[in-house]
Amino acid sequence: MRNIFLFIRRYSNFIFFLLLQGFCVYLIVHYNRYQNAVTTAYMTELTGKVNTQYDRVEDFFHLKNENKRLATENERLRNLLRQNFESPDTINKIVTDSIPSDTLGTHRKWLYKMAKVVANSVTSQENYVELGRGSNQQMKKNIGVVDANNAVVGIITDVSENFSVAMSLLHKDSHLSGKLLKGGEIGTLNWDGKTPNIVSLVGIPKSAKVAKGDTVITSGYSNAFPQGMKIGYVYSVVSDKTTNNYLIEIKTAADFYNLQYVYAIDNLQKEELNNLMDKVKKQNQ
Amino acid sequence: MSVLVKNILRFVLLILVQVFVLDKIHLHQMVTPYIYMLFILWMPFQLGRMWQMILAFALGFALDSFRHNPGFHASACVLIAYLRPFFINVLIPQEGADTNYDEPSIKSMGGFFPYLVYTGLLIIVHHGWLFMLEAWQIGNVWYFIIKTFFSAIISLLLIVITELLFNRKQQFKTNTV
Repeated sequence: MRNIFLFIRRYSNFIFFLLLQGFCVYLIVHYNRYQNAVTTAYMTELTGKVNTQYDRVEDFFHLKNENKRLATENERLRNLLRQNFESPDTINKIVTDSIPSDTLGTHRKWLYKMAKVVANSVTSQENYVELGRGSNQQMKKNIGVVDANNAVVGIITDVSENFSVAMSLLHKDSHLSGKLLKGGEIGTLNWDGKTPNIVSLVGIPKSAKVAKGDTVITSGYSNAFPQGMKIGYVYSVVSDKTTNNYLIEIKTAADFYNLQYVYAIDNLQKEELNNLMDKVKKQNQ
Repeated sequence: MSVLVKNILRFVLLILVQVFVLDKIHLHQMVTPYIYMLFILWMPFQLGRMWQMILAFALGFALDSFRHNPGFHASACVLIAYLRPFFINVLIPQEGADTNYDEPSIKSMGGFFPYLVYTGLLIIVHHGWLFMLEAWQIGNVWYFIIKTFFSAIISLLLIVITELLFNRKQQFKTNTV
């Protein structure tokens, strides 16, 4: 305290000078419009800068909350996205075929039912394709599934209310029959569980003319697929020394890595055929 | 005539001359001659520094009041009143001159040259400070310097002429009182 008084006494003149000058500056700024305007502008600029800096620092401390807020907002917005509202597909694609229909319209055989692929795998030994269409949307068991380019994907094995599961071609237990487009020889498609998109066609005799790049299609003998759906293209041909058959590898026409929309092909005459077969079997017993 | 009355008269006269004579003269838009600082330059040696500043403020404020924009001249006058003792201490010829004479003059400062330096420096400081306040921002430096220089020269001329016209008789005070 004593030092403060000493300081004031010692520098009293200077302090008084500063006081007077301060008063003069106050007068200048207060009573002169130009100086007032300049000072106001300058001070505004200065305080603006200071406030900006302060705001930056403050922002830094608010980052966490801000991130949280943005995250919740993102969540909310993402939940509004259309792709999250995946209603089961109900579209039916009408395929006009050459079968003339009578007035009752009961001669249609195949009805395509679009379905969105919900889940799909290629990496395991038993691959399934999950579809967003179920029994509420006229999905049935044991009907074939093709992709948008009519390339075979698999067969529906399970159907729930709004979903269905198709056994993919890339499945150990999948045994579709395939036909060579050129020669018409029929074999069975198997998958060894190693390479996706490559399946083997067994049962083709060595008498058949097979070349690399030949097309393999569905035979039409099963109730699952109409005749002539692409299965794949011959990838390699090896003649088996032990049997009378070729070992043929086929690159599938459907790209199982990238399935977006598929069509399930409903066979509308399947029941009639099945009933007929049952009848024949009964008669033979 | 006592010192007090003399100074009061000086105050009033200088302000009147400044306001009603010199402020009417427009030599150039850049130059206004100032003479009223003579009051500060001539203040007695013995006056306390606080009083010097207060009187200088009063002088500047009086002139500002006539010009209707307060602050500028008051500030400049307070500044030179604060700096005056330093200059006197540096320029005074011998120890005790400020006790032998009443106020700064050619005689008491020990010659024409020191007195001219004393006057010139204070005038330059006064004008520079004044124009800086009027500009109120760092802008055209050259303009400012030239304006200060020319105004100071004119004012110095005026002040020297005044000094020669009104020859103040400085008595040598003996300290055998």
